[in-house]
Amino acid sequence: MTAISRDEVAHLAHLARLDVTEAELDRFAQQLDVILQSVQRIGEVAADDIPPTSHAVPLTNVYRADEPVPGLSREAALAGAPDVAEDRFRVPRILGEEE
Amino acid sequence: MIIHKTAAELAEAIAAGELTAEAVTRAFLDRIEAVDGRVHAFLHVDAEGALATARQVDADRAAGRALGPLAGVPVAVKDIVVTKGLPTTAASKILEGWIPPYDATIVARLKAAGMPILGKTNLDEFAMGSSTEYSAFGVTRNPWDLNRIPGGSGGGSAAAVAARMAPLAIGTDTGGSIRQPGAVTGTVGGKPTYGGTSRYGLIAFSSSLDTPGPVARTMLDAALLHEVIAGHDPRDSTSIPQPVPPVSAAARQGAEGDLTGVRLGMVREFGGDGAEPAVLAAYQAGVEALVKLGAEIVEVSCPHFEYALPAYYLIAPSECSSNLARFDSVRYGLRVGDDGSRSLEEVMSATREAGFGPEVKRRIILGTYALSSGYVDEYYGQAQKVRTLITRDFEAAFAKVDALISPTTPFAAFEFGARTSDPYQMYLADLYTIPSNLSGGPAVSVPVGLADGLPAGLQVMAPTMRDDVAYRVGAALESTQEPRLADQVPDVADKEL
Repeated sequence: MTAISRDEVAHLAHLARLDVTEAELDRFAQQLDVILQSVQRIGEVAADDIPPTSHAVPLTNVYRADEPVPGLSREAALAGAPDVAEDRFRVPRILGEEE
Repeated sequence: MIIHKTAAELAEAIAAGELTAEAVTRAFLDRIEAVDGRVHAFLHVDAEGALATARQVDADRAAGRALGPLAGVPVAVKDIVVTKGLPTTAASKILEGWIPPYDATIVARLKAAGMPILGKTNLDEFAMGSSTEYSAFGVTRNPWDLNRIPGGSGGGSAAAVAARMAPLAIGTDTGGSIRQPGAVTGTVGGKPTYGGTSRYGLIAFSSSLDTPGPVARTMLDAALLHEVIAGHDPRDSTSIPQPVPPVSAAARQGAEGDLTGVRLGMVREFGGDGAEPAVLAAYQAGVEALVKLGAEIVEVSCPHFEYALPAYYLIAPSECSSNLARFDSVRYGLRVGDDGSRSLEEVMSATREAGFGPEVKRRIILGTYALSSGYVDEYYGQAQKVRTLITRDFEAAFAKVDALISPTTPFAAFEFGARTSDPYQMYLADLYTIPSNLSGGPAVSVPVGLADGLPAGLQVMAPTMRDDVAYRVGAALESTQEPRLADQVPDVADKEL
């Protein structure tokens, strides 16, 4: 039995904004199936009443002092952008023609 | 010869005025020039910047100003750590040409310590891999055998140190990316306690696991570099506000070669299934050497360690799928297909498709799956619970022993292409290193011997914030080797490809 289908991989790639090719879909579906079959063993562990660990350091609510500190200048922040217009990040259109 | 000296020896010679920092830096830059065409450890070399720092150290010394313990000793930095004004790519096409506007905290500390930064080293793209074959800019070759992998993800840093192109390097370890390259290149790799070294300025892969640390030829050198970069950083909310463990003192103590009264646990579940016999034989010889130094060896059981690999390959891809969402073609890096006809979403998808390599895509898809509604409890949630159980296994073991030991990796350096077609075979390289990432505890890999002519490593795992224990044991083992493995690396300058 397969753990994951080619269609599911296509759907996940779309959710992750990856425009994968048909050849990649074939390959990834097969490889991800092997990986998922291998990691499914995790379900064998009886852990219902075990608290999850999201993090190894037992620190919570770490705040710095509420004092202004200098950040990046606008010029520095925009310097690596693929496209800039009027001191802002320029992006392709977000809404469709009819929206 | 300068390039054969350890970092500790170089620092001493510079402080005593026997060598200038500039001469030392030039020697390593010349070495890079001579052999990196064969090894390809570096993605970017900054000769000018390194020499400027070196000259400043020499001027400071001449003026009688106090020098730090590694002042003037050059260092290479893994190219996933941001460096102001120096290209930083994470070995990905999506960041090709990007120049960061700020320094990572650990880079700022290298600079404050007067350490010339030689350049940026190669890695598996976004640190995802165990062979450096997933770099978008070509493989790095193992100086011991140029037809074999140098480990990964930090193969560039390990190969640079092994081939004498840098006395020290910075790595990052999410599942073994400092320790496994150390083992297969005959160098020392240290993964500090998670939170012991700052993540500020690391390009995030798996935020709850990523840990920067030292790569060196000796335990003492690694400890000295550890002390330069470690310590609380208010810019990292997971940074531990406690003093740095005394690792260089521990390395010096270990070098005296006496482990009387030290109890070491061998993990029963790391009994060698799938490990290469020659690697296990080298490890066994190391265990015997530790016994001769007076260590007491006991077997301990860590029953959940066998689930560490599955837990890791759910947690790390989940966090990666979230972290790498920032590569959206808007604020930095690549943008593809923005010809006026495509929407933002179409440009984003085309950019990510063009900019990410195969392993990164696989992990993003895997993580997206493990976090999807309907699967999140079964996969990500269950992996987090198993993470708790693995941490408890460590705690139970450390109630009985001072440190745990194991081989660092199940197999020595393999040939290019041997594990790329089946990703799971690649993942097995990190079988023994992953538990410490999940628990957050420190671990070091120290060269232990040769397995059929290729280096093998022994891993020492210690309790959280007891990095000093790992350094002491590692340095003691190192003291039994004459010459040290790191001093036996074949000279790549003479080798044919």
